[in-house]
Amino acid sequence: MRDFAHRALDTALARGASYADVRVMDIRQRYLSTRNGQPAQVRESESFGLGVRVIAAGAWGFAATDDLTRPGVERTAAQAVTIARASALCKQHDVRLAPEERIVDRWESPCRIDPFAVSVSACLDLLLRVDAELRKVRGVTLAEASMDFRRLEQLFVSSLGSEIQQVKTQTGAGFVATSFQANEIQRRSYPNSFGGQYQTKGYELVEGLELVANARRIAEEAVALHDADQCPSGVRDLILGSAQLGLQIHESIGHPIELDRVLGAEANYAGMSFLTLEKLGRLKYASDIVNVVADATPAHGPGLGTFAYDDEGVPAQATPIIREGLFVGYLTSRETAAAVDQPRSNGTMRAEGWNRIPLIRMTNVSLLPGKGTLEDLIASTADGIYMDTNRSWSIDDRRYNFQFGTEIGWEIRGGKITRMLKNPTYAGITTDFWNSCDAIGGPECWTLWGTPNCGKGQPMQTMGTGHGASPARFRQVQVGVAYKD
Amino acid sequence: MTFTRQRAEEIFEKVLKYSTADETEAIITSTSYALTRFANNTIHQNVSEESATLSVRVVMDRRTARASTNKFDEASIRRACEATTKLARLQPPDPDLLSMPGPQTYRGVDRHYPETVGLTPEVRAEIIRKVIARAATDKLTAAGVFSSGASAGALFNSRGLSAYHEETIAEFSVTMLGESSAGWAKQTSPNSMELAPIALADRAARKALESREPREILPGKYTVILEPAAVLDLLGFLFMDFGGLAVDEKRSCLTGRLGQKVFGENINVRDDVYHPLQSGPPFDGEGMPRQRVTLIERGVVKNLVFARQSARKMGTEPTGHGFPLPNEMGEAPMNIVMEGNRSSMEDMIGSTARGLLVTRLWYIREVDPYQKILTGMTRDGTFWIEDGAVRYGVKNLRFNQSALTMLGQVEMLSPPQRTSGEESFDMVVPAMKVREFNFSSVTKH
Repeated sequence: MRDFAHRALDTALARGASYADVRVMDIRQRYLSTRNGQPAQVRESESFGLGVRVIAAGAWGFAATDDLTRPGVERTAAQAVTIARASALCKQHDVRLAPEERIVDRWESPCRIDPFAVSVSACLDLLLRVDAELRKVRGVTLAEASMDFRRLEQLFVSSLGSEIQQVKTQTGAGFVATSFQANEIQRRSYPNSFGGQYQTKGYELVEGLELVANARRIAEEAVALHDADQCPSGVRDLILGSAQLGLQIHESIGHPIELDRVLGAEANYAGMSFLTLEKLGRLKYASDIVNVVADATPAHGPGLGTFAYDDEGVPAQATPIIREGLFVGYLTSRETAAAVDQPRSNGTMRAEGWNRIPLIRMTNVSLLPGKGTLEDLIASTADGIYMDTNRSWSIDDRRYNFQFGTEIGWEIRGGKITRMLKNPTYAGITTDFWNSCDAIGGPECWTLWGTPNCGKGQPMQTMGTGHGASPARFRQVQVGVAYKD
Repeated sequence: MTFTRQRAEEIFEKVLKYSTADETEAIITSTSYALTRFANNTIHQNVSEESATLSVRVVMDRRTARASTNKFDEASIRRACEATTKLARLQPPDPDLLSMPGPQTYRGVDRHYPETVGLTPEVRAEIIRKVIARAATDKLTAAGVFSSGASAGALFNSRGLSAYHEETIAEFSVTMLGESSAGWAKQTSPNSMELAPIALADRAARKALESREPREILPGKYTVILEPAAVLDLLGFLFMDFGGLAVDEKRSCLTGRLGQKVFGENINVRDDVYHPLQSGPPFDGEGMPRQRVTLIERGVVKNLVFARQSARKMGTEPTGHGFPLPNEMGEAPMNIVMEGNRSSMEDMIGSTARGLLVTRLWYIREVDPYQKILTGMTRDGTFWIEDGAVRYGVKNLRFNQSALTMLGQVEMLSPPQRTSGEESFDMVVPAMKVREFNFSSVTKH
């Protein structure tokens, strides 16, 4: 790795780059799934390559290859410089980067049980036991379970003299029970939808999820939803479970605080943000009890946004985003930090792989815990709905008008759950919604969720992000609007 | 430079040398791709990539597995073969697993253009410079992408199946931003010479200018004219449901609806990889020849598509629409061609007393899988129509609309065209005028 990286770096500088960084990545993945009693996918992949990012003639260029021979690496580095010079044909001004220090370090994410050392047979056996539990419940028409393991080994070198090695191990697992009945499809997932829970951990994550123990309950809920009442349409107090709140944070706080989006870099595709620059330090984003951080440091927990250094060689940081309801921070890169005259990037640039440029990505954007339990929230709610586990999510291209659907809901009357509700949806305007938050659960019900499928950029990049949340209550929210005819 | 057929065959020979399985399949893909991205009237991202992948699948004792690598030295190929075999051995047998198919015959499709391969970063930058100049004439800000690339894919198996396809693709899309409005246009083609970036920029600029100072209208049910990109992004959420396995597993909205008239009389859709405006290889993920399949005829759900395994399970013939095995989705039509009619955009607007013209939709998600209720937002050019003319831009709206219901309320269709959106794969679709399209809220920003 090291020889390839330095060969590319030297070539780029010799060709006239004023700045260059090189990432060599070796990515290994194993994905296992079962479906109605049979293995569905059993596959492994490895991907090894190198990406060279340069500034030449004051503009950016990037080239990537998996031809890791001396001629291949030199050709790719030279191509990056050629591309940068072409970019300069349309530049308004030279690229300027916030200063950064030279770093030489190695970091490996904690991993108690190497998931690649756990036998495939044992993994499939566990998934098939979950599958069998799900299909014991009459009415379940499709049982699905999966495990996903990734190991990313990366060497970053830059013309600042930095040389950073990082090894990250990520694990995900979960299951879904689907029930078709009377022209209706209902689905329940555990511990979260879209693959379950994901963290920067080893197989110990799977062992802690208690997949088999929860299978029967989840399957019964999927079937029971057919007989549940439709979520009413109107305005209600709303309690969101921590998994659903994790995605709410992702869409309505995490994306709008990306400074590249604010500055227009994503205008053609992922969109921009309502959080224009004059709002920093002035906008009352949320109620006084809301505190949100973007924290990539290992101290925050093993989230999918946890690392030691970002893909520009900037150390992981904990950045306040919302402090007592006030908007106080963006996610930045070296280029965007310089553009708004901030002294340093807060370290959020990440690339999906060796063949993609780093972009500003959410790290672990988390809502800090308040007090009490979910039961306390319910007990202090006179007339409301509790919703959890995402089923659909949509937000406009400025991240302001949102609508979410969840797999399941429960009506709350007089501080007690009174009935199950099916097809729950809620909608709102980002700042109105967050300003209506009047209760947040405590550390005992706070979970650091992983969102493995966040898309951004062209070519599209998929990235894992982390979102810590406890259940929380929001007053007088529009519910049931999606099914209102 | 992408792999030639001969190079792919040489790699497969090595795979066969190292594989000890009963049956062995290799999918060998290679890509050469470049993309120039601009925003704030400057090129801010400019990338290129050369890559290739070998993916080996084995079948042994009714077990199958897959392992992939992007390293092509002898040791790595050997390791991929050994890993696949080991993964297959470690699982229980699947009584429904089929042997690999034997040799097949394919109809050729020519989708590889040297002009696209030869597009340089300097040429892309020069064209973007002109687009930025066009933005400046109206004090607009331009953002977009200009990309081009070539790919080659080969599929071989030890029973003698041999398939190879190469094609090129070019894309130009542009958003023009004004103080209070935006306009968007996009085009893709295998042949970069067919792209018209300046015309697209002009179209996006006009939309931005004509939707300045957008007014807020009340949510409700309106007649809408959906431009082809908006039609594509909605239809994209429907066609995964036409897979045989999706119906068999009762996760499709067509479960119990096959043969029924679900849509309007004027809705006719087929899957047709051989259509001159389509893209893609003439074979599926197992190497089966893709067939033309009528999906919807005069509003009736006529046929599903099938991979070999789901076809056998459901007592029919495969149609060549399977994904590479093993997979969880089964199959899907990926070359949608929707018939249109003769109405022009002017005809649709001129015949509308009160309604909306929608350029593009955004962040569409499925709210209900069986009713096929979709939600999403309008974006980059939404206009109020009154008394047969476009009057002014309106603030973006959120919709909650059943795609099934919508296709029963189509009043007019334009001729179909190759269309590209952001939420689904490219299709050949018309613009359509739809009555009672349900908008549930308006954005406040």
